[in-house]
Amino acid sequence: MGKKMHISVNVNGQAIDAEVEPRLLLVHFLRENLNLTGTHIGCDTSNCGACTVLLDGKAIKSCTFFAVQADGREITTVEGLAKGGKLHPIQEGFWEKHGLQCGFCTPGMMLAAVALLQKNHNPTEEEIRRGISGNLCRCTGYVKIVEAIQYAAEKMREAQQVEAPVR
Amino acid sequence: MQRGVKEREMTTAQMQEVHGMGHRIKRKEDPALIRGKGNYIDDIKLPGMLFLDFVRSPYAHAKIKSINTERAKALPGVVAVITGNDLKGLGLDWIPTLANDRMMVLPTEKVVYQMQEVVGVVAENRYVAADAVGLVEVEYEPLPVVTDPFKALEKDAPIIRTDKGTNHIFHWEVGDREGTDKIFKEADVVVKQDLYYPRIHVSYMETCGCVADFNPIDGKLTLWMTTQAPHAVRTVASLVTKIPENKIRIISPDIGGGFGGKVYVYPGYIVASVASIITGRPVKWVNDRSDDQPSTAFGRDFHMSAELAATKEGRILAVRIKTISDHGAFHGDANPTKFPVGLFSICTGSYDLKNAFAEVDAAYTNKPQGGITYRCSFRVTEAVYAIERMVDVLAHKIGMDPAEIRLKNFIPKEKFPYRSVLGWTYDSGNYEAALKKAMEKIGYAELRREQEEKRRRGELMGIGISSFTEIVGAGPSRDFDILGIKMFDSAEIRIHPTGKVIARFGTKSQGQGHATTFAQIIAEELGIPTDDITVEEGDTDTAPYGLGTYASRSTPTAGAAAAVACRKIREKAKKIAAYLLEAREDDLEWERGRFYVRGSPDRSKTIQEIAFAAYTNHPLGMEAGLEAVDYYDPPNMTFPFGSYICVVDIDRATGQPKVRRFVAVDDCGNVINPLIVEGQIQGALTMGFGTAFMEEIKYDEDGNVYGGNFMDYLIPTAVETPKWELDRTVTPSPHHPLGAKGVGESATVGSPAAFVNAVVDALSSVGITHIDMPLNPWKIRKALEEKGLAVDA
Repeated sequence: MGKKMHISVNVNGQAIDAEVEPRLLLVHFLRENLNLTGTHIGCDTSNCGACTVLLDGKAIKSCTFFAVQADGREITTVEGLAKGGKLHPIQEGFWEKHGLQCGFCTPGMMLAAVALLQKNHNPTEEEIRRGISGNLCRCTGYVKIVEAIQYAAEKMREAQQVEAPVR
Repeated sequence: MQRGVKEREMTTAQMQEVHGMGHRIKRKEDPALIRGKGNYIDDIKLPGMLFLDFVRSPYAHAKIKSINTERAKALPGVVAVITGNDLKGLGLDWIPTLANDRMMVLPTEKVVYQMQEVVGVVAENRYVAADAVGLVEVEYEPLPVVTDPFKALEKDAPIIRTDKGTNHIFHWEVGDREGTDKIFKEADVVVKQDLYYPRIHVSYMETCGCVADFNPIDGKLTLWMTTQAPHAVRTVASLVTKIPENKIRIISPDIGGGFGGKVYVYPGYIVASVASIITGRPVKWVNDRSDDQPSTAFGRDFHMSAELAATKEGRILAVRIKTISDHGAFHGDANPTKFPVGLFSICTGSYDLKNAFAEVDAAYTNKPQGGITYRCSFRVTEAVYAIERMVDVLAHKIGMDPAEIRLKNFIPKEKFPYRSVLGWTYDSGNYEAALKKAMEKIGYAELRREQEEKRRRGELMGIGISSFTEIVGAGPSRDFDILGIKMFDSAEIRIHPTGKVIARFGTKSQGQGHATTFAQIIAEELGIPTDDITVEEGDTDTAPYGLGTYASRSTPTAGAAAAVACRKIREKAKKIAAYLLEAREDDLEWERGRFYVRGSPDRSKTIQEIAFAAYTNHPLGMEAGLEAVDYYDPPNMTFPFGSYICVVDIDRATGQPKVRRFVAVDDCGNVINPLIVEGQIQGALTMGFGTAFMEEIKYDEDGNVYGGNFMDYLIPTAVETPKWELDRTVTPSPHHPLGAKGVGESATVGSPAAFVNAVVDALSSVGITHIDMPLNPWKIRKALEEKGLAVDA
């Protein structure tokens, strides 16, 4: 339906050109067109956050965003978190601390956490809880998710300290 | 001698490596899930796959006058439009439910609840399908609506199920009516309280869906579906459709939470299957949240009127409960046949009572099917809520401390196994220990002093206790079946020549971590490291038959089957070891991972060596291979228990209750993986919190649903969720092979009463005896206003 539009997006470091319907949601573009099925759909009212991705480093809900709005921008999905086969600290944290059960909210939850940790390297528990309040989890009761994010925060701070003298 | 010591050290190291019972190991299922490489229903993509969407009813009760599908069919990209009449031709417009009732797949005459599926539209993709849904014209003639089960049971109520001619589904009762009545007549104290357990929805993060793929050449239907019970679905589907059972393959892939809501069968599964047969192409159906929430199974909706009889000293004598349960338009509960109200007869709780009587009348209303779901252990939530609420009602009435009255009435630990007056044999328990541990951890006496002081200052603080007894692990085949299929469960364990393991189960994890937990059971029993063990579930073409995962049954049944299958394997391994060691079987000793000759521990064969021999060098006359299957029929249910204490502060201006502390002492017997058990409890506490304070699906008189999406139906976020404090006692089950009990639902069952008891305790000094859940600020503020306690912000 409707005329297709051309978009150029960078997804997980890869430049992608595509012709899409203007009404195509970003989450469907990622899942259906690019086969990046790690980004999930949990609701249709922007409440659950399962579809959270990073757009130019900021967490957005990709079910409430058209693919055409992403034209010329950078997107990170869960598939882009691990680099060179090495897990991102947030992924390590979720695994270490049992931050997931069914795993459906996990990709969105991790990306919301990454967005938070980029702004705030050392968040308090309350700040973590606020930072993920746009993401619903029905399995864990959030306790171990908070612990996972704290674990990642520490790992990321340590990594920065190691890197610091090099700069 | 020295060598013996060395051996011992080596095996100790080995024992640590295998990660058997009690180890907090990281989960085996996580590496895929944290990389976004899970395989949930909507991730499945087949060549040529179509998408199914539904036209849904705007009315709760209406006659269908006409359906015009022409405009929808004419839309480019639409492949098929399926109506109830199309299904009628196939005998699939109605299908049996798991409770031996019938349910509509698509209506031919009338709709019976709002958001009911009316017409299925199949198109090239989900966008075109949604467009086509808007083009189907359905003409309705509204009929009188009944959403209140009490009104539904009145004589002149409009009949919802014309095929039944009545709105009364069943009457069920348990216990000794006369004996109980007599105790009530003669008792010093009788308390009575109406308790409504609201209608709630499990709100798994992944909505229901399926991919149906019918192969016209071999006539086989493969159905990937969000189901917690794939085998039961296959058998019922075969019996209903007459498709041979070997031509139906149900695959339950990664499931994004189930909590009981994915035991039910929904029209989408059937219509997608029919659509695939008609079109010859794979068909996917995935509910949008705003379609899923108001049309799939709800939990509870249970109107109880509960009474306790007691002596004036606070000795509880009997409980009597009369209930009206609302089942919506179809009775679809996945209940064991003998127990139409599930295991509600656990309503005597943790107490040593003289008598009890409970009765339930079930009603059809203009709402979707449901009742048994939301992590309830088959209505145990309602039973526990009733008894634990009532104990507090009694305590307040006679001026006794809620902890003291519980300690006074608990079944003493010496009385286990304990036969309850309603017929259950509780396997093991130590209720006093759990409550005392919780009281100590939270500082109960100090909190009561604080509460006294605060009351003097006009501040509202409450303390709520719930000392629950669960009943899980259905179940013994003499009592438990679903549609006649006995509720055993199974494990099939095969050891490869190099000592690695594939293990398959009749259960199906939806986040509970079976791949890890079951591997730990096998590691414990065979001494094979968990890393060497692959666990598979959910594919009916490969997994042994089982009844699936719900009601906290997996560890009590399939977990036990794993242990027993391993022991069968060990029996054979012993014979092979005797052959390899040239020793008598009687002279062999097992220690984790190896057999050795008694008295000479250096003469030994590891399980891996034995496995290799089982395929390469087994004794003449012995069958090759090393594997076993066990269909475990539990001798009894297991009875997990615990004591929860909640401290709540209430804002007199806003009515907002704030859970300040919550201590949960759980006892699920021996623990397989403490990390996973903690996760189960924390998650279930949060669901219990949602139930108590936030969640409710309501209907107005016209049958319009309120709470049918995530904007209106509030589930806890990380911000509201309290910081749970966990602890445990360990009272093993005497009959389970590992002494384990099952834990998934303990906290949804146990916690709501603690929350409500805490809020009512805060308000009890002004004469408030009860408020129905959900205890939202509006309701509490209203109660405060009525008592002149509300202040302006």
